[in-house]
Amino acid sequence: MQNTNGWNWEPGRRKETFSDCEQGSEWLEEWHVSPDGEKVACVACTAPAEFAMCVNGKLGETVYEKIICPRFDQDGKLAAYVSQDMEWFVYVDGETWEEGYGFAWDLKSAGGHVATAVQQDMRYGMAVDGKLWDNLFENGNNFCLSPDGSRTAAAVQVEPMGQAEIYKFQDGVFSLAVDGEAIGDLVMNVYNPTFSPDSKSVACEVRTSLYEYSIAVDGKKWGTSYNGVWAPAFNPVSGAVVAPVRIGGKWGLAENNNIIWQPKYTQLWKQRFTAQGDIWAVCSPSYGEFTLVKNDAPWSVSAAVVYDVAVSPDGQRAAAVARGHDRRYKVMIDNKFWPGSFEMIWRPVFSADSANCAARVDMGSKQTIMVNGKAFGEEFDQCFEPAFSPDSSKVLIKARNGKEYIRIVADVSEFK
Amino acid sequence: MYNKIFDRKVDDIGLQTGIDRLTPEKIEKTVNEVFSGETGAKLKVYHDTCVRCGLCASACHYYVSHDNDPSYSPAGKVTQTISILLDKKGKVGPDFIYQCAQIAYTECNLCRRCVHYCPLGIDTGYMMSVVRRICHKLGVTPQYLQDTAHSHSATMNQMWVKDDEWTDSLLWQEEEARDEFPDMRIPLDKDGADVYYSVIGPEPKFRTHLIYQAGAILHEAGVNWTMPSMPGWDNSDMAMYSGDFEMMGRLKRIHFESAQKLHSKKIVMGECGHAFRSVYDQGNRWLGWKDYPVEVVHSIEFFAHLLKTGKIKMAEKFPGPVTIHDPCNVIRGRGLMNELRYVVSEICESYIEMQPNAEHNFCCAAGGGVINCGPPFKNVRMDGNRAKADQLRAAAEQGVKTVIAPCHNCHGGLEDIIEHYELGLDLKFLGDIIYANMVKTKAVEE
Ligand code: SF4
Ligand code: SF4
Ligand code: SF4
Repeated sequence: MQNTNGWNWEPGRRKETFSDCEQGSEWLEEWHVSPDGEKVACVACTAPAEFAMCVNGKLGETVYEKIICPRFDQDGKLAAYVSQDMEWFVYVDGETWEEGYGFAWDLKSAGGHVATAVQQDMRYGMAVDGKLWDNLFENGNNFCLSPDGSRTAAAVQVEPMGQAEIYKFQDGVFSLAVDGEAIGDLVMNVYNPTFSPDSKSVACEVRTSLYEYSIAVDGKKWGTSYNGVWAPAFNPVSGAVVAPVRIGGKWGLAENNNIIWQPKYTQLWKQRFTAQGDIWAVCSPSYGEFTLVKNDAPWSVSAAVVYDVAVSPDGQRAAAVARGHDRRYKVMIDNKFWPGSFEMIWRPVFSADSANCAARVDMGSKQTIMVNGKAFGEEFDQCFEPAFSPDSSKVLIKARNGKEYIRIVADVSEFK
Repeated sequence: MYNKIFDRKVDDIGLQTGIDRLTPEKIEKTVNEVFSGETGAKLKVYHDTCVRCGLCASACHYYVSHDNDPSYSPAGKVTQTISILLDKKGKVGPDFIYQCAQIAYTECNLCRRCVHYCPLGIDTGYMMSVVRRICHKLGVTPQYLQDTAHSHSATMNQMWVKDDEWTDSLLWQEEEARDEFPDMRIPLDKDGADVYYSVIGPEPKFRTHLIYQAGAILHEAGVNWTMPSMPGWDNSDMAMYSGDFEMMGRLKRIHFESAQKLHSKKIVMGECGHAFRSVYDQGNRWLGWKDYPVEVVHSIEFFAHLLKTGKIKMAEKFPGPVTIHDPCNVIRGRGLMNELRYVVSEICESYIEMQPNAEHNFCCAAGGGVINCGPPFKNVRMDGNRAKADQLRAAAEQGVKTVIAPCHNCHGGLEDIIEHYELGLDLKFLGDIIYANMVKTKAVEE
């Protein structure tokens, strides 16, 4: 949940045209807007093979050979990858990390820390705030950062493997690495490591043979294997690990290797806990129909596709993006749909008191923000993620019309 | 029959090691698990209703190419594999599993041409998929095919492309392209783009120029597009063909979720046949989606759209006549033959139809993962597709010098056929011709 204290919640609107960068650039790339709507950043090509970051119209002083994948994190830090002299660096708010890498990707941030996947001299690992793992590996993927930002994990290839060495692969060359140390047995595959809320434990999916999957917690495998598993999650109250498991062609939910939801779903994934220990997930109760499920009780409404789930801070409500059988998008919320269907919808956002929900919607060529099923009376070329004020009464709308940036603080009552 | 097939047994480490590890008990258990848990009524109906009329035989290029040897006919393949597994309720020995695997993985392209010729609509391709599923669960798969399935599972792409190598190859192609199109981009992770462009593993590995060309076409057409920096970019799926449906599901999940994460309105796929089958028919459905969860458009349709709307114009047409190879998975599987002909007529001076054509076209013998079974089975493809060589030769005799095939696998297969039968034909993707001959308003003057 985004902390929106300290943001400017003065009702009204501000319009800006950040034209200065344009004069010094050949082109400007896509806009990225900070969560509080105070900063608009984009990559500017200032000359052939020269790029600078443009923030609120001001070109950064340093010029790079490339800047890729810029974004604002939840704390409002602007991070990107920049390259210089054949090396890649992490850029954070105008500063670059001292150490450069052969390549860096998959930027993550949490608890004020920034982490990245790294390839150095064709060896793979992770770096947090510029500090590289002590051990690097033959290959690495499925990178993960703990909720407090202090710990990292990834699937790593521990043993080298020759071309088409299928039996070596099946004997296991992959492992889970935590903070650069490989832990647990070698397995065929490791997927989706995830840390516990206190960042102490890590669970992941493991594939132990061509057709056996299980969950490992801190390197220790569950005793049972399944046809399939999906990413695990930790219960913040009990510390237990739950994961969807496939038995006899149907999906159920296992907790610490005991079935807690019987395998009756055609699909079940993206489970998550509320602070109280309740479980929400996306499920398909029957082929071709998807919906949300809370504590094994699916909603009665369904759609062809359901994803981008948001759970309210009190854990009582949930909303998601749904794609109907007519291939149009709708907001699914409280076992109903908001009126209207759209070309695209972004993940809904709840207010701190859980009473209001906002979503960015695309009507084809225009976009707007909806709150509680009602549209803001104005359309824009592009909107960015909306946010609610700490008292839940106001909505921050960040939008673009042509080259103009618009920051609006609207009252929830203005959505009619 | 049993002995006949072993006259043509091909040595493969994957198949041999696989059967060496089997016991009759394991075979029986696995076969019956698949029959009772996964196949349902469809298999039984197919098996019980076949009247052995033989009408499917001449549909299959393996049969035709082997001088009408019945052991290569669709019904013949069934009687040598799944019929026996069903009749004997899985009580067969390891050698028999080798035979099943060799037939199902390397002597059937799952091209489904035979379905069209069977008066009862029996889908032999489906039955061969079931045989493959059983073989996968028994660990009896051709070495090279299994290796691509392993690559999928370790990297989410077909070619062991590591995460950094992917983005690096995109950046490299972007840089190359800027000599020609100074402001050309391959937009990475752009949120809310109209088009998410996905490719198959061999593109960043061996055919990077195809990414360049696609980028140039999308750029010239002014499309709002993106490519992801993270896994999910590979739409291909050899796990589907090895019988590893769990991995097929995992691959399709990451592919679609990658596009969902970027809120792209549609996925446009490069020129590939089997990947299309995996996203619109197999992988999506294994995951429980009836339809595809994000709009999917094959590049044949996409090019047709760009040409129809004038977003791409040809400066000159490719000198003809060319001929068209209709890829099974997008033609029989998806019905894009008219769009394909529209695109070819827009970009080429003239074309001569291969005979037979469109939904009746013969497969290239590479599909269904057969080409991925690697060097040990190359001759299986060459001998098994004299029919294709005959089709191509007939076109060449009418003056054709170039074959257009909008499918990666078909390219691999046809290249080999053209070389093996010394046909002297050139092979092109639609993108090759469009890129080379389109009006380039955004390029630097030469
Ligand atoms: S190769 Fe094609 S025609 Fe021959 S049996 Fe297989 S699916 Fe049928
Ligand atoms: S055409 Fe159909 S019924 Fe006749 S032999 Fe072939 S599969 Fe059997
Ligand atoms: S490779 Fe091409 S011709 Fe061969 S099965 Fe696939 S689509 Fe058909």
